Order: sequence, then C-alpha cells, then structure tokens
Amino acid sequence: MSGELLAIFVGALLINNFTLAYFLGLCPFFGVSARLTTAFRLGLANVFVMLITSLAAWGLETFVLVHAPYLRLITYIVVIASTVQFVEMLLKKAAPALFRALGIFLPLITTNCAILALALFQTSRGYGLLQGLVFALGAGGGLTLALVLMAGLREETELSEVPSLLRGTAMSFFIAGVLSLAFMGFAGLFSGSG
Amino acid sequence: MRLPETARLVLTLGIAGTLSGVTIVSTYRLTLPRIQANQAAALERAVLEVLPGGTSMQRLVWGEHGLAPAATGAEGGDSVYGGYDAAGGFVGYAIPAAGAGFQDTIRLIYGYDPGRRRIVGMEVLESRETPGLGDRIFKDPEFVAEFRDLAVEPRVALVKGHGEGPNEVDAITGATISSQAVVRILGQANEAWLPRLPPAAEAPPLPPPQERRPVHPGGERGGPVPGGRAGEGR
Amino acid sequence: MPDPITPSAELLKGLWRENPVFVQVLGMCPALAVTNSAVNGLAMGLATTFVVVMSSLLVSSVRRWVPKQVRISTYILIIATFVTVADFALQAWTPALHRELGAFVALIVVNCLILGRQEAFASRHSVVPAVADAAGMGAGFTLALVMLGSVREVLGMGSWFGLSLFGPRFEPWVVMILPPGGFLMMGVLLLLFACVADARRRAGGRLYGGREAA
Repeated sequence: MSGELLAIFVGALLINNFTLAYFLGLCPFFGVSARLTTAFRLGLANVFVMLITSLAAWGLETFVLVHAPYLRLITYIVVIASTVQFVEMLLKKAAPALFRALGIFLPLITTNCAILALALFQTSRGYGLLQGLVFALGAGGGLTLALVLMAGLREETELSEVPSLLRGTAMSFFIAGVLSLAFMGFAGLFSGSG
Repeated sequence: MRLPETARLVLTLGIAGTLSGVTIVSTYRLTLPRIQANQAAALERAVLEVLPGGTSMQRLVWGEHGLAPAATGAEGGDSVYGGYDAAGGFVGYAIPAAGAGFQDTIRLIYGYDPGRRRIVGMEVLESRETPGLGDRIFKDPEFVAEFRDLAVEPRVALVKGHGEGPNEVDAITGATISSQAVVRILGQANEAWLPRLPPAAEAPPLPPPQERRPVHPGGERGGPVPGGRAGEGR
Repeated sequence: MPDPITPSAELLKGLWRENPVFVQVLGMCPALAVTNSAVNGLAMGLATTFVVVMSSLLVSSVRRWVPKQVRISTYILIIATFVTVADFALQAWTPALHRELGAFVALIVVNCLILGRQEAFASRHSVVPAVADAAGMGAGFTLALVMLGSVREVLGMGSWFGLSLFGPRFEPWVVMILPPGGFLMMGVLLLLFACVADARRRAGGRLYGGREAA
C-alpha cells in the first residue's frame, strides 16, 4: 500500500508533473512575478486549496455524486470557488502580510485549471481518501516545484542580454519548454522490471 | 418592492443554481441513450476484435457461484465478456485489464480461448505511451499480431530479438518498457482469471436473442459524466 | 481605447488585435494540451467558442438583475452549465474527439478567457455587442489553436488534419507533439506574432496597436 502511495506521490510530483507534463496551472506559472519567495508562497497556497478540494471531492463523490454523476462539474467548481473564498478570508485574518503579498493571485486560484483537474483525475482514477490526499500533495508539490523553478530562472535571466521582443512571455515559454524536456527524464521512474 | 440585500443575493444564486441544474439534467437525459449506445458499440467492437470469429457477446460477472451473465444494471464486480459466433457457439473470453505503463496507465482487452489455452487477440484501449516509440504497442501491426496465437503456459514472456517459443512475445525495439508493461498486465490478468474461467464446454451460453440482457459497459458508471471517464487527454 | 462599439469591430478585435492566445496570453492550458494535432485544436476552439458565446448571451441578458456581490459565482454557474452541455454533446456525437480532448473539455470552465469576457465586457454591454465580442474572442482562440495544432502536427507527425503530407519516409520530429514541443512552439509563435505586430506598428502608425512585448 505504501509503495503505491509513493508511486502516486512521485508520479504527480515528477513523472507526470501537473504543469510540465499535463499543461495545468499555466496561468500562475507564466503570470507569477519573477520573485522566488512569492512563487513559493503561491505554490503553498495552491497545495492547501488542493488538499481541501481533494477531501471535498472525495466526500462529494462518495456520498452525493453516485446518484447524480452529471452534476460533478458544477459541484466541484462550486466547492473550489468556496474553498478559495474561505482561504482568502482565513489569510486576511490570520496572515495579512501574506494576503497582501499574494494580491490578485489568490482569487485567481479558482480559475487555476490544476485544482479542477486534480478533482477530476482523482475521480476518474478511482482514488480513495488517502490516495487522493497523497495525489493532491504530489500534484501541488509539483506545481510549486515548477513555479519555483520558473521564478528562479526568470530572476536569473532578468539581468541577461535578451532581445526586447523575446523578453517576457516568449522567453518564459522557451524556458518552460526546456524544463518540460528535462522533466521528461523522470519517465519510467517506477515502471522497473517485472 | 426592494427585497433586503441578502435575500436578493440568495434568490439570485438560488435561481441560477436551479436553472443550471434543470439544464444539466435535461441535457443528460437527452444524450444518455446515445452515449450509452456509443460506449456499448465501442466495447463490442473491441471484444469482437480480440475474439476472431465472434459476432456477438455478453457480459459475465464473477460472483460467489462462479461466472454468470450480468444482470441488467449489475453493480460493478469483476467481469469479462463471452464471445459467440453466428451459430451461438462459444468462441472465447475477452478479458479487460489495466496496469502501469512507461508513462501512465495502459488499459487493454485480450481474447482467450480456453480450449486451446491460447490468447487469440489483444487490443490496447487506452494508453499515453511515447508517440513514435511506446505507442507502437498498438500502432505496430507486427507487435499486435504476436497476440493472435500466444500460449499462456507456463506464462507469457517477453524476449528481445526473436522469440521461438509459443509463449514468447518479441519486444519492440526502443520501447522495451512499454512492451514489458503489456506482457506484465496480461500475466497479472491471467493469474487472476484463468483459474476462474470454466472451459469452453461449460461456458455460460448465449441466451436466445429475445432474452438477451442489454450490455451496460461501464457497470455502475455508465452514462455521460462531465470530464468524461475515458482519459485525461494527451 | 476610443473605438466605436460596433458589432463588427467587436468581432474582429478578437481575431488579431486582442487575440486571446497570442496577445492576452489567456487560455494557455488547453492551448497547449490539446494542440498536438490540428483537428483537436479546432474541436477545442469550437467548444470553447460555444461556451463563451452562450455564456455572454446569458450574462448580458441578465446583467441588470444580478447583484454585484454574487456576480462571479453566477457567471461561474452559467459557464459550468454550458461546459457540461458541451461535454455531453461531444460524448454523444463525437466520442472519438471527446476521448482525444479528455478532461480538457471540462476544464473549459476554468479558462480565464471566458470568465474574463463576462467580467470585462458582457456584464456591461447589451446582448448584440456582447455576443459579437464573445464570437470574436472565440474565433481568435480557435484560430490560434488551429495554428498551433497545425504546426505541431505537421512537424510532429507529418500530417495535417490527418492527411499525410510527406509520405511514409518522413522522420517525424516527435518532440513537437509532446509537452516540451508545445511550450517551445508556442514561444516561437508568440515571438512571430510580436515581431509582426511590432513591424506593423513601426510602419503603419497606430493602426494595429496591441500590447508591447515586454
């Protein structure tokens, strides 16, 4: 059982990284400022939302949606929107500095495709409660990893000589392409033999 | 008449939610028969593909009394499919299986003839293997043809280069892990199912056409669901 | 921008000047994930266009009755409903395409492009301009996806819309249909777009403004 959980975790973190392999969570990935600390904190906020979403999705799926599977999308998105609202209120009261630092990115977590995708994948793969949480941890961790790597690389290249047309979005895509290529090296990590 | 603020908010959301719910349920009802027909057709095509000579099939669920034709709306359960030829004679079992491939999960179905104890066909239903390499597990006709007459004793084995034995499958050059995954998935499914499957003479027969139960391919999860069920895209 | 709000102007701006993918850089997730072939890009673009047009139609029709505090939630409900409808329709009538697009049909609901149009435009204008705006954005999105999908398919599989272009001896550049290829190709197209916009700006005054590439 623990071997399987590890496979789920590492799979979501590295092998099928949500951002670099599945193309999820790209809005924050390309939009996030080239500040390592902000990227890291945003990643953590996403992890938190993902964990709650995973829990809620499992609960909904197990108790409610067996009777009405066609309502899945609507209920998931409502849950996500509510979770983000809740996290916003929580941060405003408990950590106002962090709340201000994250700014507009916090409500945008709602439209982060990675969160919804997490819930949908978890359901289509039939993960149980624990597997779902581990999956959320790995997926969120992978997202954070990608965010941090991108922010770090952009910080580094800020002072480099880059042609003006390339600067900004186009260059971010090239960096992302190279990162994605590098992460492809993780494929086959768990298939082994036999 | 100005309603109090909160009442307006709640009313708006309530109306929106209700309208949304009604729309979704109506669309669901409208598309359900077609979607189920699609799924059933796809499944039947795959089953008949891996059981050459088969022209019809039925779902068989493993229960406490052994293999039995699936009752309508059967809840989950391990199931295989029985294939029958035009005369109603038993052709073989089509066994669905899944497991980890190189990149992600591979789902496949394979045909098994209990009389000759051989695998007679294999079709990959879903995979996300590397295009050009791993995806040759379904694109390479030679690899797929290996499963047309494959012995299961002592067990299906993968060899590099050219295998001689009736139970050996040649690995695809450059896609060893994907090939190995297919063989491993077959082996695990064999371990689970071969002891359970009655021989040809005792296989559940096909009921006459008027008594045939409708096939519900997804079991308890048949029908449309937003986001689909089949895959996560490429 | 002091532009006259005519329906045709709204329609055209989504195609080039405010192209959602190449200029606004929105809807990246589906733009990269399902453009491993031209037909997938087309299907996703059309599905998204359906959702954004219907949503804008509805949002603009009811804009006077939706209280400000719950507007985002209402928009999301509306969008999610149409996405579910589109999803079922695809499953019923084009199951093969639906399998290719996978979960990304459901993910249309979080495409920032759609919510963005509701918030920025449909909620402030009457039905006809709102629908024109949505149709233009959808068309621009579809155009971008078909372009990206075509390039990746031609290079990565040697075919276009399934038609083999170079014959069986073509050695496909497989990385193009894999994730890294998606990122790289998008970068190239963004660069091209920025170059063209820049050249036009230099040559023709402020005819085709667009955002500074910076």
